[in-house]
Amino acid sequence: MKKTTIETKNEVSQIDEEKRDFLFVTTAGLAVAGGAATAISLINTMNPAKDVLALSTTEVDLSPVEEGQSLTVMWRGKPIFIRHRSKEEIESAANVSVDQLAHKETDESRVDNPKWLVVVGVCTHLGCVPLGQKVGDSKGEFGGWFCPCHGSHYDTSGRIRKGPAPLNLEIPPYKFVSDDIIKIG
Amino acid sequence: MIDNEEKKGFSAWIDKRLPVFTFINHNLRDYPTPKNLNYFWNFGSLAGITLVIMIITGILLAMQYTANTDLAFDSVERIMRDVNNGWLLRYIHMNGASMFFIIVYIHIFRGLYYGSYKYPREILWMLGVVILLLMMATAFMGYVLPWGQMSFWGATVITNLFSAFPVIGDYIVTFLWGGFSVDNPTLTRFFVLHYLLPFAIVGVVALHLVALHQFGSNNPTGIDVKSDGDTIPFHPYYTVKDYFGLGVYLIIFAALVFFAPNFLGHPDNYIPANPLQTPAHIVPEWYFLPFYAILRAVPDKLMGVLLMFAAVAVLFILPWLDKHKVRSAQFRPYYKQFYWLFLINCVILGWVGAMPAEGIYVTISRAASIYYFSFFLVIMPILSRFEKVGELPSSISSAVLSEKFDKDSESYAK
Repeated sequence: MKKTTIETKNEVSQIDEEKRDFLFVTTAGLAVAGGAATAISLINTMNPAKDVLALSTTEVDLSPVEEGQSLTVMWRGKPIFIRHRSKEEIESAANVSVDQLAHKETDESRVDNPKWLVVVGVCTHLGCVPLGQKVGDSKGEFGGWFCPCHGSHYDTSGRIRKGPAPLNLEIPPYKFVSDDIIKIG
Repeated sequence: MIDNEEKKGFSAWIDKRLPVFTFINHNLRDYPTPKNLNYFWNFGSLAGITLVIMIITGILLAMQYTANTDLAFDSVERIMRDVNNGWLLRYIHMNGASMFFIIVYIHIFRGLYYGSYKYPREILWMLGVVILLLMMATAFMGYVLPWGQMSFWGATVITNLFSAFPVIGDYIVTFLWGGFSVDNPTLTRFFVLHYLLPFAIVGVVALHLVALHQFGSNNPTGIDVKSDGDTIPFHPYYTVKDYFGLGVYLIIFAALVFFAPNFLGHPDNYIPANPLQTPAHIVPEWYFLPFYAILRAVPDKLMGVLLMFAAVAVLFILPWLDKHKVRSAQFRPYYKQFYWLFLINCVILGWVGAMPAEGIYVTISRAASIYYFSFFLVIMPILSRFEKVGELPSSISSAVLSEKFDKDSESYAK
């Protein structure tokens, strides 16, 4: 018996190889699929959980904020800068020629009601919180905000005017629920 | 396109400086392994894989868990409800602990049956006992973390074991607690140690493997490898066998996780810890029950604690208690009987450990405890001296062949 196996070895190994390839590919394929499905399920646990996602809107009452004053609120763990802009501030923001800006946006496109500027108070350079919300703060060379980390200056529309930041302060999604109340998120 | 030779050249370049490929080749590919290993030899690799599963799920759980008495219970519930697949993560980790102990207990009983602890594998065995102890400590502290009723009272009872020691007992307990009762400092340190110890286990497992590969695996006949004809390369023969076993194991594991995730747990642990009220019937996790039964079998506090620790410690000196020259119980007619009795006895200990400590259960637990220790301290030394065995097969190959061709499988044992 042994002899026959040796004699017909070539033929036998031919058949075996096909069968082995099939077994190998299906086994490895299923292992990879199962492993990947498991890995994705487990890694997904690190994505924002349901309770975190539930915190993604916040309502703000604007009525106590007088003209020229600012308000900072938290949204998704970040500060939101709300500024009740004066006439001069609105004008200075509107009168800038868009061509000279690093990130070309008109003031109009950045506000719903020109009196209220709502921006995410996170510098677009490396994530510091710019100064300019409190009375004594430096507001930078353009009357808006100044980031002390690496010296970015933002204007009264929250646009980047000078310094390393590449983009204007981000506008969060928000809408006026009534004249005095906005809902962020 | 990189042709084959360039690829070879690159791995050869690495291998010359850092011999990872040689190492893999020696230990997972060419590694000569006895050709007669049965499925009980799967449990080592299964234990290793379970350890990895536990570490991965544990790290991910630690990212969501809060080790604070005010927050711990809620943070676990948050994992169950709010974290994406958090329930899966926790159920794998929870049941993984049980699976780990099942695997390791089978692994230990395998070694006990086939004499894997005997010369020259004494240190291999002892390192295994160290792993078992570390596992027990880790599992116990992990069970405390959800801060349910069973967590709290389990922690109280187990730490109080140390109060049995005269004079220093109370100081040890206060030290363990970091206060005057199980409280926030206890929880915080248990969390830290529960995270740390698995990595210590990984280290001891590495030593366990180094010691294993020094002489290679034992085998069902317990006869040493005498020639190349007795072995086959680890790959593909045992990689495939381990892989198949892993598939079966994961099916059982998954069935537990998906269909009966709380089967091995205790419902009282879903009640937040209350230091003012002990649950009416308090039991440890199933894998501690035999030891718990020994603890309760003894009417004296200190002796109970000592005997419980001794039940594990006795495994350390096992290679010197059983000095019989023949390893495998296959060829030891008397040892074999006592072995199976011992296995049944351990199951009985586990059963009475789960029963209330009263009436007939106390008597049973005492008898079972006596047999537990007698097996090691009396039966083994006596059998070492007096048990007669017949002629052993001359080699693994001849044993395998005689089994195959001689339908009368008893013949070679006589």
